[in-house]
Amino acid sequence: MRYLPLTADDRAAMLAKIGAADMDALFRDVPQEAVAAPEAFDLPAAKGEIEVERILTRFAAKNVAAGDGPFFCGAGAYKHHVPATVDHLIQRAEFLTSYTPYQPEISQGTLQVLFEFQTQVAALTGMEVANASLYDGSTATAEAVLMAMRVTKRPKAILSGGLHKHYVETVETVANLHGVTKRAMASPGRAEDLIPLIDTDTACVVVQSPDVFGLLRDLKPLADAAHAKGALLIAVVTEVVSLGLITPPGAQGADIVVAEGQSLGNGLNFGGPYVGLFAVREKFLRQMPGRLCGQTTDADGRRGFVLTLSTREQHIRRDKATSNICTNSGLCALAFSIHLSLLGEEGFTKLAAINHAKAVALADKLSAIPGVALITPSFFNEFTLKLPRSAAAVVEALAAKGILGGVPASRLGYADDLLIVAATETNTDEDIAAFATALEEVL
Amino acid sequence: MTTISGDRCLDHEEPLIFEIGRDGKCGVDFPQVTVGDTHLAGLRRKGKIGLPGLSEPEVVRHYVRLSRMNYAIDAGLYPLGSCTMKHNPRLNEKLARLPGFADLHPLSPMSAAQGALALMRELAHWLTTLTGMPAVTLTPKAGAHGELCGILTIRAAIEARGEKRTRVLIPESAHGTNPASAAFAGFTVDEIKATPEGRVDLDSLKSKLGPDVAAFMLTNPNTCGLFERDICEIARLVHAAGAYFYCDGANFNAIAGRVKPGDLGVDAMHINLHKTFSTPHGGGGPGAGPVVLSARLAPFAPLPLLVLEKDSIRLIETKTDAPEGAKPFGRMAAFHGQTGMFVRALSYMLSHGGDGIRQASEDAVLSANYVLASLKDVMSAPFAGPCMHEALFDDTWLHNTGVTTLDFAKAMIDEGYHPMTMYFPLVVHGAMLIEPTESESKESLDRFIHVLHTMAEEVKAGKTARFDGAPHLAPRRRLDETAASRKPVLKWKAPDLKQAAE
Amino acid sequence: MSETRYTDQHEWIRVEGDEGTIGITSHATEQLGDVVFVETPSVGKVLGKGDEAAVVESVKAASEVYAPVGGTVTAVNEALEDEPAKVNADPEGDGWFFKIKIADKAELEALMTGDKYQDFVKGL
Repeated sequence: MRYLPLTADDRAAMLAKIGAADMDALFRDVPQEAVAAPEAFDLPAAKGEIEVERILTRFAAKNVAAGDGPFFCGAGAYKHHVPATVDHLIQRAEFLTSYTPYQPEISQGTLQVLFEFQTQVAALTGMEVANASLYDGSTATAEAVLMAMRVTKRPKAILSGGLHKHYVETVETVANLHGVTKRAMASPGRAEDLIPLIDTDTACVVVQSPDVFGLLRDLKPLADAAHAKGALLIAVVTEVVSLGLITPPGAQGADIVVAEGQSLGNGLNFGGPYVGLFAVREKFLRQMPGRLCGQTTDADGRRGFVLTLSTREQHIRRDKATSNICTNSGLCALAFSIHLSLLGEEGFTKLAAINHAKAVALADKLSAIPGVALITPSFFNEFTLKLPRSAAAVVEALAAKGILGGVPASRLGYADDLLIVAATETNTDEDIAAFATALEEVL
Repeated sequence: MTTISGDRCLDHEEPLIFEIGRDGKCGVDFPQVTVGDTHLAGLRRKGKIGLPGLSEPEVVRHYVRLSRMNYAIDAGLYPLGSCTMKHNPRLNEKLARLPGFADLHPLSPMSAAQGALALMRELAHWLTTLTGMPAVTLTPKAGAHGELCGILTIRAAIEARGEKRTRVLIPESAHGTNPASAAFAGFTVDEIKATPEGRVDLDSLKSKLGPDVAAFMLTNPNTCGLFERDICEIARLVHAAGAYFYCDGANFNAIAGRVKPGDLGVDAMHINLHKTFSTPHGGGGPGAGPVVLSARLAPFAPLPLLVLEKDSIRLIETKTDAPEGAKPFGRMAAFHGQTGMFVRALSYMLSHGGDGIRQASEDAVLSANYVLASLKDVMSAPFAGPCMHEALFDDTWLHNTGVTTLDFAKAMIDEGYHPMTMYFPLVVHGAMLIEPTESESKESLDRFIHVLHTMAEEVKAGKTARFDGAPHLAPRRRLDETAASRKPVLKWKAPDLKQAAE
Repeated sequence: MSETRYTDQHEWIRVEGDEGTIGITSHATEQLGDVVFVETPSVGKVLGKGDEAAVVESVKAASEVYAPVGGTVTAVNEALEDEPAKVNADPEGDGWFFKIKIADKAELEALMTGDKYQDFVKGL
C-alpha cells in the first residue's frame, strides 16, 4: 500500500521490541464479541492511483459543472473566477498540511494569515473586530443568534422572511433550544416591516441583505428600532462581493455581521467546504464564538501572533464555552484572504461593479420577455423573476438546453413561479443572450 | 551574526499585506465599469474599504514567505496526539478539484448533480460498512458539529418517546467539545470518574445513570489512548437506563477495519474525515464530521436526506418531502455538507481498500506502542499498555528536574519536531500525548525515539540548558500570550501619521 | 475594625460593618498565573451564598468566583478592566473584585479565619 511505509520486517521487529506476539496482542482490550475479522467488511481491496482516478472521474462526469455552459445559479453560493494564484498558494504543504496553530513559534505563517484575514473582514463589513472564521454563513448566523441571546439575556430572535431558508432552519435548530425564534413570512421583492415585532423580549433581529431574493435592504431603520428596544441587529450577507459596491452593514448600525465568504477564493464544491465570516462591535468581543488571533511580541521583542482569548472556547470552558466549535475554516479563510489580497481596494470594487452591471444587463434582457416580471426593484448581482409557469419546470427545460438558469424559489420552499437568477463576472454577453433566447423558447 | 537585512538566509521576516500594499497596484486586471444608481436603493458604498493594493508577484511572495514559517506534516513527523496528523495524499486534492465536483453548484437541478449524489451514497456505504451502523448523516461540518448533530438526534428520539431527559454523562477525560456540545444542545453535563487504569469507572457511571439521563458520551479508544475494555457492558448499562450511547469517533483511526462500533452497542458516532480519512487539516479546518446512527436513531437524522428512486438519486430538502417514517429534527447547515471533503475521503478509502484501512489502523497502533515501549524507560507512562494509536506520558519523571512538560515540548521544536499534545487529557498531570500515525517509516520513528530519549537522558542528568526558554531556533521565541489577552490587538491599524512623523 | 474570612474556593471577604469586599487569595492567583480578565457582576445584583459572582481568567484557564455569603452587589472594581494585573500584584488589596451589602452576617461564621485558611492551603 503506497501510503504505508512499514514493511513486514519492520512490523516484526517493532512487535519484538514491544514484546507482543502479534497484532492481536495489541488489540487484546477489544472485547471478544466485538472483534471483527477482515471478512466482516464487504469492501473492495486497495487500488492504485490510476484506478481511483478513473472511478472518481466517472462520478464527476455525471455532474454539470458551472463552467460547462451559461450559468446563473446563486441563492447562497456563487460562481466567481478564482485567480490561479489562489489555488497554487493554498496547496503549499505548509498551509495545507499543518494543524491549528497551537504552537505559535512554528505557526507564524498561519497566524499572520489569520490576523490579516480578521483585518480584511472587519474592513469589508465595517465592523470593529472579526474572528478567524466559522464553518459557513449559515452556522455563523446560528452562532450570532445565540451570541445575541447571551449578550442581551433575552430569549427571542426575529428572523426576516428574506433570510435564506436554509439559514432560517439552521438557526432554528440551535436557537430554539435556548430561546424562541419568530420567522416573518417571506415577501419576495419587498422588505417586510419587522419593527412592530421587536419588543423587550427580543434579543435580535436577523436580516439578510441582499436578501434571498436579491433585494437590497436598508438596515439603518431596523438597527435604530432594535437598539431603541435594547435588541441587536444581526446582518447576514451571503454574497460577500456585494460589499464592494453596497454600504456595509457596520455603517448601517449592525451589531453583528455574518457572511458566507465562499465567493472569494473558494469553489462551489456542491455546498462545502465554505467559510463563515463573523464580525462584531468591540464591546461584544468576549461573547464572541470561534478562534481569534492576536498580535503580541516574543521573548526577543519581535512582533508575532498567537491564538488568544481562548478562555471563551470549549477546550478550556467545556460546558460553559461560548460555542462548541473547535475549528475554523482555515484553508478556505486562507483562500479568501489571498483572493482579496490580489483584488485589493481597486480590484474588489471593480469586481463588484462588474457583477452589478452584468446583473442589470441580464435583468433588462429577461424582464423584457413577455410574461416575465422582475420583482426585485433593487439588487446587487442577483434578482428574482416572476414567471408565467413553474420555475422548477423552466429550470429543467433550460438545463436540457445546456443552460443552468437560476434556482427555482420552490427549491427553498418559496412560491412555485419565482426564479432566483444570479450573474457574475464569469458571465459573457453571449451567455446572457443565450439565456434570454432559451427562456423565451421554454416559456 | 546579525545581517543587514534582518533576514537570515532562507528565514525571511515578512510584513503584513497592509504594510506592503500601496494604492495604484492591483493583482487582477478588470475593466473599469461604471454603474448607475437605479437598482441600488440609495445604498451605494460611500468611502473606501481600506484594502491594500498589491501586484500578483507581491502576493505570491508574501504567502510563500509566510508558509515557510509553518511546520507541516509534509515536512516532518507531527506527533500531535488526538489530532492524527497523517499523510495527506495529493491524489485526493487533485480529484476534489475536478470541475464536476469543485465547480458544482449546490442548488443545481438534481438531474445535473447525479454524480455528486452517487458519490455521497458511496461514501455513506463505506462509512456504514466500516462502522457496522445502518445509517449515516453526512452534513456536519466538523467533529464538534457532528457531536452536536448526534446529540440533537438523540434529543429528537427522546422527545418522540414523550420523555424529558436533561442530563448527559461525560467522562472527565473527554475532549472539551463533548461537554460544550451537550450544553449547546441544552443539556446539563455530569462528569464520570476514571479508574486508575485510565478507563470509565463503572461504579461512577452506575451511580449517575437515571431516568433523566439522555446519553452517555464516550470517546473510544479514549483520550488516554486506551480501548475501553468494558464498552459492551457500558452500552448495556446505558441502554438499560433508557439512555443512548454516543461515541466520540475522533479516535476511530485506531480501530477502523478491526472493530465495528455498531457491534459495541453505539447509537451515534461522528467520524472526523480529516483524521481517519486524511482530508488535510489546512491550518485549522475545514473539517467534516459525518455521523453514523443506529436503527433507533436513524429516523431522526437531519435534512437533507438522500433517497434512491427508480433510476436516480434525490435529495430530500424539506420536512414535508420526508419519506414515510422519517422524522428529521431539522437542518445542521445550509446545503448538503462538505462535499469537497467527501471526495478526498472517498479517494483515500478507495486507495486503501478495506484491507488497507485495516492495515493503516494496525500500523498506527503498532507505531504508538513502539514509541511507548522505546521511551518508557526514561519517561513515565501513567497507564500500562498496550495503547491504541497514541502513547501517553505524564510528568512524574520530570519532578525536581526544573524542566516542565512545556519546556520539554518546546525543546522538541529546536530538534525539528512539532511538539506532542501537551496537558491533555486533563486527568493526567503534565500530559504528553504522542500520536505517530501510520505514516512514519521505522527509520523515522527510530530517529524520533532517539532524539526524545536523548533529551530525556539530558533532563535526568541535569543538563537542562536547551530546555530553558526553548525554542531557541524557531522563527519566533516564546510569545507573550498574557499581553495578547490583556490588551487584545485583533487587527492591523494604520499608524497614526502624526506620531509616525515625530 | 475589619475582619477577613476565607472560603475553600480561595475567595476572601473583608467585612466592615454590613459591607463585604471580595476578591481571590494570593494562593488562587499563583495557581491561575497571570490574570488577563475579570468579569465582575453588575451593581445591584442580588447574590445568594455560593452563587457564581465573577469570572477570573488567565491565558489558559477561567475560574468562577462564588459569593462567600449572600447579599447585594454595591460596587465593582472597575480598575480591573484596564489593569487585570492588579489581581496578581495585590490580590487582597487593589485587586479586589466587588463589594456587597451582606444580607445575613451569620453566614460569615461558616467561613475560615486567616489562620485556618493558611492551614487549609498547606494541606492541599
